[in-house]
This record gives sequence, C-alpha cells and structure tokens, in this order.
Amino acid sequence: MRRIISVLLENEPGALSRVVGLFSQRNYNIETLTVAPTEDETLSRLTVTTTGSDKVIEQITKQLNKLIEVVKLVDLTEGAHIERELMLVKLKATGSQRAEIKRTVDIFRGQIVDVTSSVYTVQLAGDSEKLDGFIQAVGTAGVLEVVRSGVSGIARGEKVLSL
Amino acid sequence: MELLSGADMLIRSLQDEGIEYIYGYPGGAALHIYDALFRQDKVKHILVRHEQAAVHMADGYARATGKPGTVLVTSGPGATNTITGIATAFMDSIPMVVLCGQVASHLIGEDAFQETDMIGVSRPVVKHNLSVRHPEEIPEVIRKAYYIASTGRPGPVVVDIPKDMTTPNERYEYAYPKKVKLRSYNPAIRGHAGQIKKAVDMLLAARRPVIYAGGGVILGKASDQLTELVRLLGYPITNTLMGIGCYPASDKQHLGWLGMHGTYESNMAMHHSDLILAVGARFDDRVTNATEKFCPGARIIHIDIDPASISKTIDADVPIVGPVDAVLKEMLALVRESKEKPDSDALSSWWKQIEEWRAFHGMRYETNDDVIKPQEVIEMLCKLTNGDAFVATDVGQHQMFAAQYYKFDKPNRWINSGGLGTMGFGLPAAMGIKLTHPDDEVLCITGEGSIQMNIQELSTCKQYNLPVKIINLNNQALGMVKQWQDMNYESRHSQSYMESLPDFIKLAESYGHKGVRIEKKADLEAKLKEVLAMKDDLVFVDIYVDRFEHVYPMQVARGSMKDMWLSKTERV
Repeated sequence: MRRIISVLLENEPGALSRVVGLFSQRNYNIETLTVAPTEDETLSRLTVTTTGSDKVIEQITKQLNKLIEVVKLVDLTEGAHIERELMLVKLKATGSQRAEIKRTVDIFRGQIVDVTSSVYTVQLAGDSEKLDGFIQAVGTAGVLEVVRSGVSGIARGEKVLSL
Repeated sequence: MELLSGADMLIRSLQDEGIEYIYGYPGGAALHIYDALFRQDKVKHILVRHEQAAVHMADGYARATGKPGTVLVTSGPGATNTITGIATAFMDSIPMVVLCGQVASHLIGEDAFQETDMIGVSRPVVKHNLSVRHPEEIPEVIRKAYYIASTGRPGPVVVDIPKDMTTPNERYEYAYPKKVKLRSYNPAIRGHAGQIKKAVDMLLAARRPVIYAGGGVILGKASDQLTELVRLLGYPITNTLMGIGCYPASDKQHLGWLGMHGTYESNMAMHHSDLILAVGARFDDRVTNATEKFCPGARIIHIDIDPASISKTIDADVPIVGPVDAVLKEMLALVRESKEKPDSDALSSWWKQIEEWRAFHGMRYETNDDVIKPQEVIEMLCKLTNGDAFVATDVGQHQMFAAQYYKFDKPNRWINSGGLGTMGFGLPAAMGIKLTHPDDEVLCITGEGSIQMNIQELSTCKQYNLPVKIINLNNQALGMVKQWQDMNYESRHSQSYMESLPDFIKLAESYGHKGVRIEKKADLEAKLKEVLAMKDDLVFVDIYVDRFEHVYPMQVARGSMKDMWLSKTERV
C-alpha cells in the first residue's frame, strides 16, 4: 500500500543522505521525496512516499526513528490528510491545440505560466492522481517535458507534527 | 579556562571520558593528534600492524569489559581499513568510537591525497557518525560520540576529524561537557508496565515455555536478573550464539544454544513450545531457519531495547521495548508477588520431554584413536582451563565447535563475530582482552584459514607482550566452506582447500613467540598442559585435526527449527 511518511529532521549536513541511504540499504522503495527547511531553521521537513506491506512500513518507520537526526515522524496515511504535488509541464501548443489546452488547464485549475508561439508551460498543483489525470487528458504526444515536485503532505484538523 | 589546540582537546576529552587504551595506526592527517598523544601519558596507544586489527582489538576489549573501545586512524586507507571491523561491531551492537583523520577542510572534495569520504563510506555500518567542523566543537563531539555509542542499543560511532581541526598553534577554551543534549535521541529507560504485567501473566500460564536469550542480555549487563528469573520459574533456557555465557552453561536448566548449529534439545524445545520469552535476541535467520515454519504453536514475548528488532522477522504477541535489566527486574518482582504459579504437572512433563531430547543426541560425536577430533580439543581446553578462560574465535567450523564444547558459566568470556562472521577477528580480539586481563587465560581458537587474515598482529603481541594462546584447529581446508560443499555441492571443493600452508611454528618463532605442534591424539592433553603452563609466552599451538569432520547438529536449509542433520547420515 502507498504511504506518505512525514519526517522532522535536524537541518544538518548529511542528515538527508542518512535517510536516503537507509531506504537503499534496507531495500525499501522511495516513490517521491521532498525536503526543505521549516519555519524553525534547525529543522527540515521531509516527505517520502513509499509502498510496502504493513510489516515493511512498520520497519521503515522504526528504522527512520532510529536515525539520530530524525526528531519526529508520522505516517500521514494513517489519518485524514492533505497531499499536494506541484507539476510544471511544457506542452506543444500550436493552432487549434492552443485553445484546447487552455480549456483543459482551466478544468484542472492550473495556470499557464509561460507562453511562446509553439509552447505553453503549465503549472498545476494537486494530489498525484490529479496530476496524472491532467497528463492523460492532454495526451502524452503533446508533452515535451514534465517536472514534478514530489508529494508534500499535512494532517487535517488539529493534528500537527512539531516539537 | 584552559586554552588548548584541537589535537590536545581531543586527547584531553579522551582522558576526561576515562579512556585507558586506544588502538590505532598513525598517518598524515592524524599526525597532530599523534603528537598530542605523545605529550601525555594517561591514554595509552597500542600500535597495531593493520587498522582492521585495531578495530577488532577495541571490539574485544569492549566485549570483555562492557566499556566502549576506541580506535584512532588516519584518513583514506587508514580509515577504509577499519570498515570490516566497524561492520563487525555494528552487527553485534558493540560500543566503540572510531576517530579518523581527514584531509584539511579546504581540500575535501578535491580528491586530495589520502582523501576518502569516511562519513559516506561508513554510514551503513555505524550507529552514527559525526564530523568536526570547528575545533571548538571537539569536546562536545567526543562526548556525544561516546554517549551514543554506549547507550540504548550500543554500536560503533565514527568521528571524522579534518587535519586543520587539530592544528597545534590555534588554541581554544577547553571544557568537557558533563551532559549531552540530543533532542532526537532518547533511548527507553524502562519497559511499559502494562505490557510487562501481561507478559508475566502469560509466562505463568504457559505449559511448554522456553526462555530464549540473546547478546542483549550480556550487553545490557542483565545476566544476574535473567539467571534469577529462570531459576525462580524453573523454565528451560536456551540462548543464541551471541548470548553464550548469559546463563551458566553447566546448569541443568540450560539447553545449550539454538539455531543452525544449536543443540538438538534447544531446537526441539523451541519448536514445540507454547510460549517463547525472547530477551535481547533478534530472531536472526541463523536462529529461526524458515520464518514461516518457525515455532508454530508458540506465542512470543519479545523484550528488546531496539523497537526495530521487535517483529522484524517474527511477529511478537507482546512487545516490550526497554533495557533488559530493568524489564527483567520488574518481571521478577511481579512473578514473586503473583498468586499464580507455573503449572507443576505441565512443567514436569515438559521437562521430561526435554530430557528425552537431551538424552537422544547429547552432542555426541564419533571418535577414534587415530585422529584428533576438533571437538576433543575444545573439551580438553575447557577441562584444563576450568571453563574459565576468555575465548575469542575466528569464523568457521572451529568457532562452532568452540561454542558447542566449551562450557561458559560467565558472561563476556565468549568473544566472537556472530552477526557479520568476520574471519580475522579472533587474534586481535584476544589481544584486546589480554591487554586488560593480563592474569586471565585468553585463548584465540582459530583455523588455518582465519588466522592468516590478521596474522601480522603477532608482531603487535611481541611489542606489547600479549601472551595469548593461539589454538589453531588445522584441518588444512576452509572447513565450513568445505562442509557446505560436501552437503550441497556433491563434494566439489571449489577453492576451499588450502595448499602451501606456512610452517606456523617457524612463523610464530620468527615473530619471537613459541610454537607447539600436536599431531597425535596421545599427546593432546600433555602438550596442551605444557602450553597453558607457559604463562608468559604467546604460544601458537598448531593442532592437526580430522580433515573430514563436520559440525552437527545442522538445521536443514529452509526447514523449521526441528529439521536437523545430526550426523553425516542421520536426519530428523
């Protein structure tokens, strides 16, 4: 099953490599990984999406917790949560395609952030399925380049992951 | 406040940490540190002949004393040579700090001479690693390193020290921190009371219980509590290879050790039990055999300081995260208070069954007058040393024979590389023990394959006068490899035969030691007595043993715990 694990990590050199190293050493999957400092500059927030059986996920969270630089973590998929991913996509846009793409972008509530005579660059945020849906809707033939940020997530409601 | 250079701060920190010995080898990036070492006499340095041996020495010291070992090496090859030793300590959770020189900060990343990314290289095999970014940090980094290495589930910690951090003419205020602050590292200090209560209820209700103890009991210094609990309950106990000595082997409640080469009665008792109390053990694949066939009727209570060890391979019904000594102490109190008592009828019929298993095999082996059996050598050594020696081994058949036939009644005396299985571990580990236990008998039981992996340390033994006794069970082959080839590859002995062995006696003599060769069974006892009487000499005892012997019992691959070969022809 797909899981989103959110980690508060000491913002120190080498901390990220320990997390990434753990996944490869122990043969766990990483589907996406995002990391950036938080409002507290001593901490980074890292979000990793992974797949595995419950037993594997339990091991992943336990092994992550063993890393000295991991301060706290939560498996967001255990409760209600919001996930978002940002995508920038370059699409071939000539002739009648231009209007069609514009319509699709509007439907998906995206924005065209750069325009040339033959190319639209579209920005789109949402959960991973929505981004996949957009690519499917515009058709892969017109897609010139895709950049995805990887998933960021946060729990719904009062729950917070902080010190 | 005192002003000290980075190098002097490092050595002072070691002094303030109470470090008696460091094992190491100098080189360019570590020379400021070596100079600081020269200008003091509190911390003694042991110069090895290969950095790997320095780590095994520190490891042997740590296993025998329960205190963290310390290693000092230079950058590049000095550092990378320690990796096998670090991995060995990591797999067996041995507390250790490895101080590595590094090229000066401004050269890092430029492929400078003797530069290696030691933080990156060591990362998968350390509990943690730290690098020094400013000389002022040194006392804090050292304090942190020892704190992390020796608390919780212990393990090796590497400290990477760029050369410019130890420059002699830059001085800083020195103060050794009393406490370490780490917001993200808080090892459990006691177990969950509710879980402990539940575990005790289950223990007292069990009809076919087994206590399964591991190296965590020794690392957690909980042998006394364990022994008390086992005796109070009257239950059978088995332990892992790493747990040898955590409970007296000569006691009748002890079934020997379990797993791939464990005793018949241990493996049978585990398989047929209805309750397993696992204490500081990690259900390693060499214990469980096929996990899906593991102990089908047993519920499992698992006590471990490391939550990640619980339900990793075998699911626990009652997990208890905490230090084994504290948890066992609470269990003892609850068992004493409890009105429930173990069902004596069930227990006596369980013991009757176990005694039948014990009588059935009893660690028998075939023997004759012509050839020395390796098992006989170990039994003789055990007799002649009253089971009281420190025994360090290498890896292979000799290691299994030593574990099976030397009876350890005390913890911290059986010293072997259980998790990683590192050939070359034995001699340096024995040296590390002998250095701090000069009046105790220290044996290095080895084979002609393993001993050659760190034989250069005979020179270190001469320099520091370390009269260990090297017992070489010489079968002129890589015995365990050969055994597997006999059993699984129709005796195709691919690369397991050692041609052109050295004359070990002359070799030992050339390093300034004594050598004794034993070829005849009739000489075994007398010659071993002679060797053990040579208190002040390192003696290399080269014993020609049966070349065709196998280690039994041996679990059948992919079987359950009870599926074993008991001899070359007998399978149960």
